[in-house]
Amino acid sequence: MRLEPIANPSLARSTLPPALAIAATVVISSLLAMLAGANPFGVLGLILKGAAGSQFAVLETLNRATPLIFTGLAVAVAFRARLWNIGAEAQLYAGALLTVVLGTGALPWSAGALLPVLVLTSMLAGAVVLLVPALLKVRFGVDEVVTTLLFNFIFLLFISLLLEGPLKDPMGMGWPKSERLIAEARLPRIVEGLRLHWGFGLALIAAGLVWIVERRTTLGYEMRAVGLNREAARFAGIPVNMVLIKTALLSGGLAALAGFSEVAGLKGSLTLDLSPGFGYTGIIVAMLALLNPLGVVAAALFVAGIFVGADSMSRAVGVPTYLADIMLATALLLMVLAILLTRFRVVRE
Amino acid sequence: MTGAETAQVVLRLDRITKRFGKLTANDAVSLDLHRGEVVALLGENGAGKTTLMNILFGQYTADEGRVEVMGRALPPGNPRAALEAGVGMVHQHFTLADNLTVLDNVTLGTEPLWRWRSDRSGARAKITKLAADFHLSVDPDAKVGSLTVGERQRVEILKALYREARILILDEPTAVLTPQEADDLFATLREAVAMGLSIVFISHKLHEVMDIAHRVVILRHGKVVAGMATADTDRHALAAAMVGSDVSAPKVNPGTPGAPLLNLRDVTTPDRGNAPGLQSVTLALRAGRITGLAGVSGNGQAALAELIGGLTAPETGQIALDTADVTGWTPRIAVEHGIARIPEDRHKTGTIADFTLTENAILESYHKPPMSRTGWMNWARAEAETKAIIDGYDVRCPGPEARIRLLSGGNMQKLILGRVLEAAPRIILANQPVRGLDIGAVNYVHEQLLKARDRGAAVLLISEDLDEIMALSDVIHVMSEGRLSPEFARGTMTPAALGVWMAGHGFDEGVSHAS
Repeated sequence: MRLEPIANPSLARSTLPPALAIAATVVISSLLAMLAGANPFGVLGLILKGAAGSQFAVLETLNRATPLIFTGLAVAVAFRARLWNIGAEAQLYAGALLTVVLGTGALPWSAGALLPVLVLTSMLAGAVVLLVPALLKVRFGVDEVVTTLLFNFIFLLFISLLLEGPLKDPMGMGWPKSERLIAEARLPRIVEGLRLHWGFGLALIAAGLVWIVERRTTLGYEMRAVGLNREAARFAGIPVNMVLIKTALLSGGLAALAGFSEVAGLKGSLTLDLSPGFGYTGIIVAMLALLNPLGVVAAALFVAGIFVGADSMSRAVGVPTYLADIMLATALLLMVLAILLTRFRVVRE
Repeated sequence: MTGAETAQVVLRLDRITKRFGKLTANDAVSLDLHRGEVVALLGENGAGKTTLMNILFGQYTADEGRVEVMGRALPPGNPRAALEAGVGMVHQHFTLADNLTVLDNVTLGTEPLWRWRSDRSGARAKITKLAADFHLSVDPDAKVGSLTVGERQRVEILKALYREARILILDEPTAVLTPQEADDLFATLREAVAMGLSIVFISHKLHEVMDIAHRVVILRHGKVVAGMATADTDRHALAAAMVGSDVSAPKVNPGTPGAPLLNLRDVTTPDRGNAPGLQSVTLALRAGRITGLAGVSGNGQAALAELIGGLTAPETGQIALDTADVTGWTPRIAVEHGIARIPEDRHKTGTIADFTLTENAILESYHKPPMSRTGWMNWARAEAETKAIIDGYDVRCPGPEARIRLLSGGNMQKLILGRVLEAAPRIILANQPVRGLDIGAVNYVHEQLLKARDRGAAVLLISEDLDEIMALSDVIHVMSEGRLSPEFARGTMTPAALGVWMAGHGFDEGVSHAS
């Protein structure tokens, strides 16, 4: 058996395999739910209901999708240029850190002045965090997969150190937790009375902007060229190292916005469990979206829906929430295969 | 050869058909090879030569047809079967281990992996005898990494002979050889034929085919279009049969040289791996003149191309352009100084396969108006420009929005030509510009280079094909181990004389001569 590239894939060829992948994910998840002793249709129904069955469920899903859109965009942008940023988790915490450092009273400004400053400074912090591995890569050829991945752990320990020390909330009953943001540093809700904050709006705007950058700007063109063929890009005169640095700054900044939005929109303070691995899940989101910035929004909603729905399902019927992890893993693996099948046909020798 | 028809048929390809999707790579191809015969397999790139040989070697399975060696059918899809039946292949790209000796390389794979003692003296005796019988002079104890390309090819042939091959298949064997080395190879092949071996010689160099082969089989679009004895034909007829129409190369008038536009003064660049860098190279590229650079591949041509193309800066010495002093030397600066660069590898460095034609066409110009302004792309303008290139340079393609990977090599090269020539460059660096192209595309590329020269551009043509160099160049330099020969005017050198320089002789006198 061999794979033969398809020159001009038909509509069926480009839509059928992904649809089948989703169907197969549902079937496999159902089997697992049966193994756990539950009625599979009931479980799937409960997941769907928990993710989108009520206004509360929808808002919960949108809230959960917000940081995933940011980290998904961060990964998508970096992977587009073949900069393997596995460190969105650290960049997220860098954004959150700057938000609590400047947002707990250090800058006693109005919300209109403070929020833009918080957005920019957290982006800067995330950018700097990814700049270090990027510089090591272009200067000394250090593999960024290793540096960005390991930096996640270092940075989380650094946050832990700060939360036990200088940033510790004196009123926090001894918990490792920062002081709460002042009211002016909190992201307002999009509609008064509904539990959905402007972080989600910011995420949609970011996705649109990234899409425009990729399609319409020279930087986007350079990033795609560098990602597809670094040698040809260098030959043509594209400043490859500079493009990688710029990509790193953009990617780190986007991931940091996840931290800013979680702290300023949802939590109000920084703790060590701010992110249940949003940085890593961002990789799944970006891959499911085929690195397309608008696809990232859809993929983040899908992933968030499964998490939120599985939480709710688990409370109702006692099937462990690990089912959500398995569903995502299955969906990712099948989707990668499906994407392969949209571009290649299998030929029997 | 006379009497070939009566000799034993050692290899028979019988109506081989192989399809890849809609493409029929081999369409009922039949070929008989007799004992003691050299058959040349001639055809343009993409004619189906490689597919046919891969089927013979079991790498592909034919959809229809069969392969017989010595009258017995080979099981399809089994590479070992061909080897065991006595078929030996000498690939264009050698499959030798650089860190092992010749002896080890030749015996590698013929003995079991785990054994207390190996019969090295027996192997050595056999190799020495084979080397003597076939005039394949090579030291069995030399490390392959220290051998010249010609010697490595001899090791490959020894490898096949050591495995008792009765049929040798040589894939473009002279592509990497100097003319003298090619003559040595032909002597070996004649010896082999005299001893009853049979040879399939794959090539697109017509004079070699006329020289060594008894019969020629011509493939075009996967079909055998002609088969004839070399005695009954000539080069012109072969070329016509190969491309299917009477083609003539562009007529070359001598250029009228003007002022030097680019000067290299005593430039040295560092070695890279096995490839030598430049050793004190001094070179002037003059307006209205094609400077040909001959040499065996891997002797510093790549270093020179990278230097002029802006990819490397001199370690010592100077690049000087007539317009400006060069400070900082990058591909973009080179392009801005009017250097058009046609890269050696159009798939890997010349184009980005998954980019559209438009995106590929603006690779060197996207960063400035009119293609972009303050960081914003002007795609409408880029597409208009690409359409102009497609029309002006006859690029056959589905349209500017098609991915360039769908294009044939010739059309890809035409797009690259359009990309670099549209800017009316003053200096053109053409590195292997026609490698792998069919004759129609070759002539087109050559015409474009001549046209650019006639309007006053300085052209540097780097090629391993001496015929191409001698036909087009107004002056010729030879490169060997990073050193540059003095310049030879058109018509003053024969292939044999250039071959002496290509082999590395004459440089010591050459240095004093140039200075």
